[in-house]
Amino acid sequence: YEVSAAGVCCAGISVPRMATGMQEKQYTPSLLSFFIYNPSFGPREGEEEKKILFYHPCDVEKNEKIRNVGLCEAIVQFTRTFCPTKPAKSLHTQKNRQFFFEPEDNFWIVMVVRNPMIEKPNKDGKPPTIEYQEEEILDTVYGAVLRQCYSMYKLFNGTFGRAMEAGGVELLTQKLEKFFYRYLQTLHLQSCDLLDVFGGISFFPLDKMTYLKIQSFVNRVEESLSLVKYTAFLYNDQLIWSGLEQDDMRILYKYLTTSLFPRHSEPELAGRDSPLRPEVAGNLLHYGRFLTGPANLKDPEAKFRFPKIFVNKEDSYEELHLIVYKAMSAAACFMISASVELTREFCEQLDSLVGPQLTLLASDICEQFNINRRISGPDKEPQFKFIYFNHMNLAEKSTIHMRKTASVSLTSVHPDLMKILGDINCDFARVDEDEEIIVKAMTDYWVVGKKSDQRELYVILNQKNANLIEVNEEVKRLCATQFNNIFFLD
Amino acid sequence: MSDEHYLELCDNPVQFENASSVNNVFFDEANKQVFAVRSGGATGVVVKGPDDKNSVAFRMDDKGEVKCIKFSIGNKILAVQRTSKAVMFCQMNLQCVVLEVSCLCFVFRSLQTKNASVLGFCWTNWNEIVFITDQGIEFYQVFPDKRSVKLLKSQSINVNWYQYCPETAVILLSTTVQGNVLQPFAFRSGTMSKMSKFEIELPVVPKPAKLSLSERDIAMATIYGQLYVMYLKHHSRTANSPSAEVVLYHLPREGACKKSHVLKLNTTGKFALNIVDNLVVVHHQSSQTSLIFDIRLREPDCAVNTHQPVLPARSIHPYRIPLSDSSSWSVFQPDIIISASEGYLWYLQVKLPPTVNLLQDKGKLMDFLLRRRDCKMVILSVCSQILEGGEKGSLPVVATVFDKLNQVYKEYLEAEQTYTLAMESGPSRGSAAQKRPVRTQAVIDQSDMYTHVLSAFTERKGVSHKFIIAVLMEYIRSLNQFQITVQHYLYELVIKTLVQHNLFYMLHQFLQYHVLSDSKPLVRATPQPRLSTANDEIVEVLLSKQQVLGALRFIRSVGGHDNVSARKFLDAAQQTGDQMLFYTVFRFFQQRNQRLRGNPAFNPGEHCEEHVVHFKQLFGEQALMKPATV
Repeated sequence: YEVSAAGVCCAGISVPRMATGMQEKQYTPSLLSFFIYNPSFGPREGEEEKKILFYHPCDVEKNEKIRNVGLCEAIVQFTRTFCPTKPAKSLHTQKNRQFFFEPEDNFWIVMVVRNPMIEKPNKDGKPPTIEYQEEEILDTVYGAVLRQCYSMYKLFNGTFGRAMEAGGVELLTQKLEKFFYRYLQTLHLQSCDLLDVFGGISFFPLDKMTYLKIQSFVNRVEESLSLVKYTAFLYNDQLIWSGLEQDDMRILYKYLTTSLFPRHSEPELAGRDSPLRPEVAGNLLHYGRFLTGPANLKDPEAKFRFPKIFVNKEDSYEELHLIVYKAMSAAACFMISASVELTREFCEQLDSLVGPQLTLLASDICEQFNINRRISGPDKEPQFKFIYFNHMNLAEKSTIHMRKTASVSLTSVHPDLMKILGDINCDFARVDEDEEIIVKAMTDYWVVGKKSDQRELYVILNQKNANLIEVNEEVKRLCATQFNNIFFLD
Repeated sequence: MSDEHYLELCDNPVQFENASSVNNVFFDEANKQVFAVRSGGATGVVVKGPDDKNSVAFRMDDKGEVKCIKFSIGNKILAVQRTSKAVMFCQMNLQCVVLEVSCLCFVFRSLQTKNASVLGFCWTNWNEIVFITDQGIEFYQVFPDKRSVKLLKSQSINVNWYQYCPETAVILLSTTVQGNVLQPFAFRSGTMSKMSKFEIELPVVPKPAKLSLSERDIAMATIYGQLYVMYLKHHSRTANSPSAEVVLYHLPREGACKKSHVLKLNTTGKFALNIVDNLVVVHHQSSQTSLIFDIRLREPDCAVNTHQPVLPARSIHPYRIPLSDSSSWSVFQPDIIISASEGYLWYLQVKLPPTVNLLQDKGKLMDFLLRRRDCKMVILSVCSQILEGGEKGSLPVVATVFDKLNQVYKEYLEAEQTYTLAMESGPSRGSAAQKRPVRTQAVIDQSDMYTHVLSAFTERKGVSHKFIIAVLMEYIRSLNQFQITVQHYLYELVIKTLVQHNLFYMLHQFLQYHVLSDSKPLVRATPQPRLSTANDEIVEVLLSKQQVLGALRFIRSVGGHDNVSARKFLDAAQQTGDQMLFYTVFRFFQQRNQRLRGNPAFNPGEHCEEHVVHFKQLFGEQALMKPATV
């Protein structure tokens, strides 16, 4: 594990949000507007409205919509003259920041984020002073969030082009409306950070033997249920196996862990007699249940409809049913060509085949996991926190983030430190070489960023009196102990 | 149907003059010799052993009808019994082909009990002999030079009949009126030891008591290294037993004899028993078919130690010459069949290939095959066959079969390791020197599987890559489960298959969980950061297999193509002799150079000069990419 220390710098970071008065109010970044347009749809004057495919918030006056879209179009056009291949990605202003993204030819998505600000009350009844913190948000983070919006749309709807082909602008606007109306409510811009930049996948640490058992399980299911084209396997919201390609898995993983799983966590927590508790079928005790599709197989009214997803296949895409089936903490996603109609019989067959096996496997994994944890020693609060990301396999691991929920991702460190991590990441993105950056934050924290080959590691150390050399040693030790384990490729 | 005969007679039977009014034929189970005695020996005795070297011919005086004739072990002393009261010993000099033996003979008649009649005798050594009379058992040492015998031990006991197992030198005596109390004696270099007696449960107890246990219904043989007494229990109308069965009594060296196994014959009639390759073979006379039983094969749906035939009844494979009537055959332990009227002695053999189609349950088939002597090729062919079928639901079967193979493989590896450790710690320690574990054919290692099964399987057309990968992973899973170190060529097979189908993400995931990385060639210690090591190794593996494009695609998929050595790839491409491949690879790197440095040329540090020359030779100067003009 060698890293050439290309640059080591120390920087003092001031903390502007020190409380100076009781009435001071702080505002986190928030979504001002979000719109999608295609300039080629209304090239003539007076037809500008036709360009707009989606606009949030919808109650904005028509002319203002047209004006805002026109402004973005102009900025993009204008910046193109400097670099034809790379038009502007963001526009910084005092009050807000705009992000532009052209996912498909001529289709533009724009997201406008209001800068965080502090409202300071003034004496003598004067209106409060508003202080915008325009440098507090990072292009990389929100640029990634914007791209993720599109990826998520594409996962469930296919490309914009596909909707155009199928039903023209009308269908596309319908689809956009339907999807983004709900999706934008789940965007929590205040808690976006470095992890959004990575868009990584957390892998479940597992010994080889248990991993091979899972392989065996997946292969057997795919063999006996030949309709199943791809399978993904997760445990504790962490990925263990994906038959999907990496980029598709990345966005599906995001959907599963931030949307589907949190919505379905209740039955596991429910008591024994709760009606949510899965039923025990016959003699076969198993805890398998469908997270998508029918909630109860026994229900004669049950519908066998599953969400459809679109994944890349060479030059085109493939439409699939997404069946998510869970037993205890183990979840298996089975993907089946959308051209097949799924029946009650199939679901029953899947339930009876997968349910018992998955239940058994889940308890095996749990047992192995506990053994491994016992070996690695008791969980004591370490002196450091870290984020790790590997660009090659998208593996990410964070001890900074608490469990992600549908509503909010909790971090255990101060936003200022998160900002430093984001800054270091930007620095790393600029050059190809391996680098190491060590920052001393004002709050006695040391922040270390390391980039080696395709991996990035960010460590936050809470050692007040440590010097640079000691911090360096500490990080070395951390690398040796934490990243020597089984599941990171290093 | 002809392919279903799983029993056959050996190709090279011992041939002898057939029994007739002038030629008496005797068989000695201890030396496995057939004696053809013409005219009481006067016109010659021809002895044929299991191999030609053991054939002996001699003449002796006709002093009456011969009742029994046997050589001691090593053909040192000949014992001939003509009356029920006396046995004659002759010392042989086997250097000569034909001997006159009469001059060397002496007759022994000083038996312990005067009125006893000799039921028979057995040689237990080159000069030790046991006489069984109706009144007891007498153990002697014979001194041919002194023409004398010495009594070593004797025991009086009423004897109905006896059986001898030469392999273990155990004699079994039938005692009591009904004959069903059996008394075994064991012999070993000058000692005779009485083993504990036991009683055979008769189906019906006759009243008044009479001899009810026939010697024809009892046989002794060693199965899986243990001595068993086999009792052919006929069905009886009175007792509640609808069909005949064979009851096995385990006779340990020490301790009591116990009823251990019951073999269900599911039919009635006359039977004969053989033991072949640790299988109990039961011949049924009226149907002319045979059944086989494996006492180690567990029957899930039967009571403990009750066995059903492993396979459906089949006749023995017809012999190459037509035989008159097999019902006149005599059967001897363990695996001998003699037709005295035709003059043949055969060894019975089990043919494994036909069993494959007769036993549908592959798990059971494997259990059966793994205990057979010449099983290796059959097992490997079964493996290929299972993979070939590719029928639905075959993966669990494949898994079961792999697990069974690896169980045996692991046991051997462990025994080998224990032996090696014992040798290293020095032979002085411990009493008996440890025996090196024998590698039986049932030990199917990774190289066997690779060579005979997996390699061909992965190359076969029309098999889905999903199934190939599933099978390979299943094998690796099984090896891991038995903690056997996986050989690198299995990993290479997986990598090759994944790369051929562009399944790089799967490959990454396997690497990530170290499923493919424990072998040396994949993670050789290098001073580079470890991240790239496995990738480098995969590239090496692919290049060495001439999969140049696969290697390029792989390295591009991991984003490493900007940093790889162009020379390595160009070398490999050049070596294949495929000009278009070389062109493609060369172009790939020119484009890379263009992208990285704005110039398609190679840097001097890359040492690609010879490849540039080679390219010019093949395709001409003009084919080279020119620096883009701005």
